[in-house]
Amino acid sequence: MSATSTPSAPTFVAKTKGGRITNFVDERVGGSGILREFGRKVFPDHWSFMFGEVALYSFVILLLSGTFLTFFFDPSMAETHYQGSYTPLKNVEMSVAYSSSLDISFDVRGGLFMRQVHHWSALLFVASVSVHMLRVFFTGAFRKPREMNWVVGGVLLILSMAAGFTGYSLPDDLLSGNGLRIIDGVIKSIPVVGTYISFFLFGGEFPGTVIIGRLYMLHILLVPALILLMIVLHLFMVVVHKHTQYPGPGRNDGNVVGYPLGPVYAAKAGGFFFIVFGVVALMAGFFTINPIWNYGPYDPSPVSAGTQPDWYIGFVDGALRLMPGTIGNWSVEQVWFGQVFTFNVLLPALVPAGIIFTVLFTYPWIERWITKDNREHHVLDRPRNAPTRTAIGMAGFVWYCVMWAAAGSDLIATHFHVSLNDVTYWLRALFFVGPVIAFIVTKRVALALQRKDREIALHGRETGRIVRLPHGEFIEVHAPLDEYKRYKLVGFESPSPLPAEPNAHGVVDKKEKRRALFSMWFFEDRVAPATPAELAAAHGHHGEHEAIESGESQKTLSH
Amino acid sequence: MKALSQKRRHPLAAIALLLMGLLVTGGLYAVATTVNQAKATTTFSANDAEEGGKLFESNCATCHGMGASGTQDGPSLVGVGAAAVDFQVGTGRMPMQMNGPQAPKKPVQFNDEQTHQLAAYVASLGPGPSIPEANVLDGQGDAAKGGELFRVNCAMCHNAAAAGGALTRGKFAPALSGVSSKHIYEAMVTGPQNMPVFNDANLSPEGKRDIITFLKQIEANGSPGGADLGSLGPVSEGLFVWIAGLGVIIAFTIWLTSRTS
Repeated sequence: MSATSTPSAPTFVAKTKGGRITNFVDERVGGSGILREFGRKVFPDHWSFMFGEVALYSFVILLLSGTFLTFFFDPSMAETHYQGSYTPLKNVEMSVAYSSSLDISFDVRGGLFMRQVHHWSALLFVASVSVHMLRVFFTGAFRKPREMNWVVGGVLLILSMAAGFTGYSLPDDLLSGNGLRIIDGVIKSIPVVGTYISFFLFGGEFPGTVIIGRLYMLHILLVPALILLMIVLHLFMVVVHKHTQYPGPGRNDGNVVGYPLGPVYAAKAGGFFFIVFGVVALMAGFFTINPIWNYGPYDPSPVSAGTQPDWYIGFVDGALRLMPGTIGNWSVEQVWFGQVFTFNVLLPALVPAGIIFTVLFTYPWIERWITKDNREHHVLDRPRNAPTRTAIGMAGFVWYCVMWAAAGSDLIATHFHVSLNDVTYWLRALFFVGPVIAFIVTKRVALALQRKDREIALHGRETGRIVRLPHGEFIEVHAPLDEYKRYKLVGFESPSPLPAEPNAHGVVDKKEKRRALFSMWFFEDRVAPATPAELAAAHGHHGEHEAIESGESQKTLSH
Repeated sequence: MKALSQKRRHPLAAIALLLMGLLVTGGLYAVATTVNQAKATTTFSANDAEEGGKLFESNCATCHGMGASGTQDGPSLVGVGAAAVDFQVGTGRMPMQMNGPQAPKKPVQFNDEQTHQLAAYVASLGPGPSIPEANVLDGQGDAAKGGELFRVNCAMCHNAAAAGGALTRGKFAPALSGVSSKHIYEAMVTGPQNMPVFNDANLSPEGKRDIITFLKQIEANGSPGGADLGSLGPVSEGLFVWIAGLGVIIAFTIWLTSRTS
């Protein structure tokens, strides 16, 4: 290459002014390359893939509406007397924070609407994050290479709860103050250091005069910044890993079948933002959320009936409600070494949440250890095709829901005209029994659905048409499935238990034996997908059902 | 003085002292509790009480006993006052339909005149809180002060927005919207069902008037932010966002990802 040769390629000159400007920018930032790359990214079409988008969009709505609210909110706990236009609170002594929240609601144009947009989208944000996580779990999308993105998602869930809780506490009304009081109680129940942490957090004795300002800083600065950072990481990994897809003809772990981002998907996704915004705006316009004027200013003495946290903290509140203060004659609160150990607060507040998040964060590695599956997975599992995982997920889900329901125990009692005590007793029982029942029932249902799939793949769909044969026998005509539909029913893996294997030294160690036991528990009940041979056999001798069904494996599958 | 100090070792001195103590506390208590009956104004004629007695015998005596002296199934009504009868019968809670944790509100069984007669009869059995006067029910008190009193004294059972709440073992504090001022006042002075009594010593008539003003004002104001979802707080909001909010969005996701075939 000689340095003297000048580039002789014909330079592109756009015809219009707009084109020339675009070209100027493109030559400097390489926009068209980025667009070409991203525009060609393929997204599989399925409604359940859109919850992450809902979460992202509600976060954008939160940023927009939240910014509006910061223009008018004053996080000061200084005392003032309300002089705004809501007469039932006229001249009532309150904090500046509460007074300015009331002003946003009644005296700032569009303020109440924006407050309600902000709060509704916050509830929707955490809800869509949760549903998105449930989808990822039940379809096995957390498997290699997406384990780390699953963890980032879990961090996002915790951050979204933190964002919600810090925001919930800001108006300094009676409801939010009661919520803070519970948090204060939980902190104080931590042995030895609890009181110190509480005094540090509240700047003295509860409620003090600094907590609202501190929570405000966390709410508008630190937590959203962390959420943004995590979203960037999350989406970066989505781009690197590409999107997962449901099983189907022509889909495998080496491709992605769907629509490219540009133009169809970009239009759909862009339009979907406005749909989500529209739904939130309609909710905010027509339905009250957090009517702070009902609750009055915070005062540590009154507690209103029906005091609950927002839904995402509900399970912790429910666990607190379920915890008995004494078991028989044994008090759960103990005095050891002159220290009070308030286990009736500490255990329910920290243990269930701790278990849920520990299992949530470690689950991809737990399953990887049991299955020794080190392959990349881009094709999702239908939940029924991973019966034990689905059953574990449902057990956890039911456990969460029992605690969730317990947070509304008083409303269950009044609205269904039952005794509050009975609601509590039942939920206490379900707290222990519910997950077990859910596990068993889910696993059986999943296996039954698999068996149904197998049946349909082998014998086709029942048409309901009864035909009498010349020799007098009646048969129901089964219509064979087309190949595409059949693929969905047979195209999945059904691993069998992996027995213990010796390690490099030729020894089967204890850990490996434990793993083999788990593997047995995970995979012993299985319905194998119909093999091509079985399909051929089924089409060959139509009607000889018994011979074909012996292809199902071992234990449970006798009809 | 000397005479008194000489007598202090008299065998009957202790008894005399005890008697004096009892008289003083009893007297003070009597003075304190009559604060409630300061204004017995609704006038009952002898005829009212007589007719009320007949009604009582045929409708109430099964549980409350002849002469309202109480049985195992119902408490004595001597001294509960006209206000208690006006509240319990006037809201349909009495006569009770069946035994249960609490007598719920139901369609009224007696007309105004009969209720008046029953009240007259029960009032004639012994002194008790009377039916409140119009000047404390006018709803012209201080709503802001009433709100504060309501949050401190009532909200822990009735909910800060007066939407009601649960008590133990199937009992409950009812929602207060649609309850007449008179019945709210009577409930405060008589403490029906599981409600504590807020007599005039711990909640002045002006305070009660303020509370009624507050309740009537929030009821008339309605919900500034749109449909109130029962004013039940975060539980109904959470239920709404999960079912309606997310439900609508899921419907849209299904629409967006459906192929036009």
